[in-house]
Amino acid sequence: MAAPPLQLHTPASIGPASGPGDIKSRPAWSPYDDNGGTCVAVAGSDYCIVAASTRLSTGFSILTRDCSKLFQISEQVYIASAGFQADIRALQKMLQTRNVMYQHIHRKPMSASALAQLLGNNLYYKRFFPYFTWNLCVGLDPEGKGSVYTYDPVGSFERVGYSCQGSGKDLIQPVLDNQLKAASPLVLPSENWMTALPLEQAQDLVRDAFVSAGERDIYTGDCVEILTITTGGVHRETLDLKKD
Amino acid sequence: MSIFEYNGAAVVAMAGKNCVAIGSDLRLGVQFQTLACDYKKVYPIHDHLYLGLAGLGTDTQTLFQKFKFHHNIYRLKEERDIKPSTFAQFVSSTLYSKRFGPWFVSPVIAGLEPGTWTPYLCGMDSLGAIETAPDFMVAGTAPDSLYGMCESMHKPDLEPEELFEVLSQCLLAGTDRDAISGWGAIVHVITKDQVITRTLKGRMD
Amino acid sequence: MTAGFQFDLCNRNRLLESKGVQGASVTKTGTTIAGLVFKDGVVLGADTRSTSGSTVADKNCEKIHFIAPNIYCCGAGTAADTENVTGMISSSLDLHRYATGRESRVVTAMTMLKSHLFRYQGYVSAALVLGGVDFRGPHLFTVYPHGSTDALPFCTMGSGSLNAMAVFEAGYKDDLTREEAVELVANAIKAGIYNDLGSGSNVDICVITKGKVDYLRNHEYLQNKTYQRRHPVTYGKGTTKVTKEKIIPLSELTIQDGDATAMDTS
Repeated sequence: MAAPPLQLHTPASIGPASGPGDIKSRPAWSPYDDNGGTCVAVAGSDYCIVAASTRLSTGFSILTRDCSKLFQISEQVYIASAGFQADIRALQKMLQTRNVMYQHIHRKPMSASALAQLLGNNLYYKRFFPYFTWNLCVGLDPEGKGSVYTYDPVGSFERVGYSCQGSGKDLIQPVLDNQLKAASPLVLPSENWMTALPLEQAQDLVRDAFVSAGERDIYTGDCVEILTITTGGVHRETLDLKKD
Repeated sequence: MSIFEYNGAAVVAMAGKNCVAIGSDLRLGVQFQTLACDYKKVYPIHDHLYLGLAGLGTDTQTLFQKFKFHHNIYRLKEERDIKPSTFAQFVSSTLYSKRFGPWFVSPVIAGLEPGTWTPYLCGMDSLGAIETAPDFMVAGTAPDSLYGMCESMHKPDLEPEELFEVLSQCLLAGTDRDAISGWGAIVHVITKDQVITRTLKGRMD
Repeated sequence: MTAGFQFDLCNRNRLLESKGVQGASVTKTGTTIAGLVFKDGVVLGADTRSTSGSTVADKNCEKIHFIAPNIYCCGAGTAADTENVTGMISSSLDLHRYATGRESRVVTAMTMLKSHLFRYQGYVSAALVLGGVDFRGPHLFTVYPHGSTDALPFCTMGSGSLNAMAVFEAGYKDDLTREEAVELVANAIKAGIYNDLGSGSNVDICVITKGKVDYLRNHEYLQNKTYQRRHPVTYGKGTTKVTKEKIIPLSELTIQDGDATAMDTS
């Protein structure tokens, strides 16, 4: 970043002359910030992997190197969020409240599909002052298959086989496409819309995706938290990324 | 809209073991309207040197003609082909001479250095700042998609045929997530003894 | 080819801009660069990341540029500008040395840089740390994009300048030894690499003393990947569908790299 010119007078006395017809401006303030970070989720036939980097940043500075972007709603259901941390926290708090209410009413934990719809509704509720968040809703469906729901900030969502959100999305998404997707949805006779990998290979793919994204995306780094959800429980691992 | 996204482009170059490969997509469009599916963005300078030009179509064509002309003059004077590294400096200074009214192009240069036949790879921004890379170089309207693929898939010391497959997969997967590039691709694999040019089957949507 | 900048595309580009088309995005070296005067010379340091937006464009670029055999210069700002401005001044000094037969002076380089930058009113956006040793001893300058300069015992520039300066302010003493100076500069650069997102990868160091330069490229190589795939992807032959193929065989070419032959004086 180029340093500003040294001023030998007060900025007001020697500031650049405003051109003709310039509208007077006041310092812009935005209610939003982008705190970066990347989330990835991969669904398998009997597992679901969800992972997120732990760097929290603003502009060119790192706020913390250890901030989880994964949020547990019930035993096998998580949401992963990237974007503006304040909105992420507000969204998580609201979802947690709704989850408690849900359990009081229905006497059971929320399923992935229920949470998926709830999250979609709540994002759309703020259609004209949106939560600046990019979300993934991850869990196991009633048959024990992995399920991943992917969102835009205003609540459009769909169930997919794998997805990726946040600052490293552009880097990772084509890699997942290449490794997990069948040839084309237009192919006849129609083929499976995704290729399920064995668990170990899928974990390998996710780890490499983050290491590769960390090479090129300045907002992805420090550490990645990887959760593997199976009917047997949730396995958590962390992998160090570069700190620069 | 950025002027770099007016026509759409994707260019990737990769180094292998005593070989380099460079490829581009084949789409030419005006913003979201596709005009042609046979528009190559990689130009041969000589047998062992190829130049990929992503950016505004009119500028890439004009610049290629200029470079070709200057290379012809160079050959008449020097009685030899230009070295890739020399050519890169020439492209760089041509672009920097228009520092305050630039050509809207992002060049990628791939070639084999004469004598040693080692790969030479470099890219530039539109002002001519050279960045050399030992592994791969990308340019176009979705550089992040291409970077992501290359970063995951590229390995050092690939043989020509392996290099072709890796580069092709990177190019196709990268352009599939970009709305204004793709529609097939063309790849050149340059070795000391031959140049293999292949047109790839890609998604046409 | 004519020398100097050409402005013939400016009108066209301005027209495009007036129609709401964005112009060029250029590679910036969001950078940490630093310099330090020690007992018998100058130490320059730089990180090696260049960025375009939030993407790393080059993971191991060179930001310490050659100016003269006794003068080097770190550059931050627009990559093309730092590269070319140092190159131009370097070749001017080269001619100057041929004309005068004397070693270049650091102030000469500094004055040439600042007059070039001042002429372009900050539009050539190069922020430089210039260091060298001449017959008057070690010198260290910072040159701002608008053409103003400072002469300081230690200085930093770029987006990581505050991180690096914090380390300098804590650790600087007059008349450091060479080893202490190199370590302090490397630590300052590392502060930028780790804490500033615009800076990253490795540490380059250049130590200039009377009659000697040690350019320590990748003095500290910090950045290996933290994970290697256990199931690496290999694309078998024929993975990619090919519609057309053309093979051009190349005859054995003899390319001579211009070996010098003595002039025939018989």
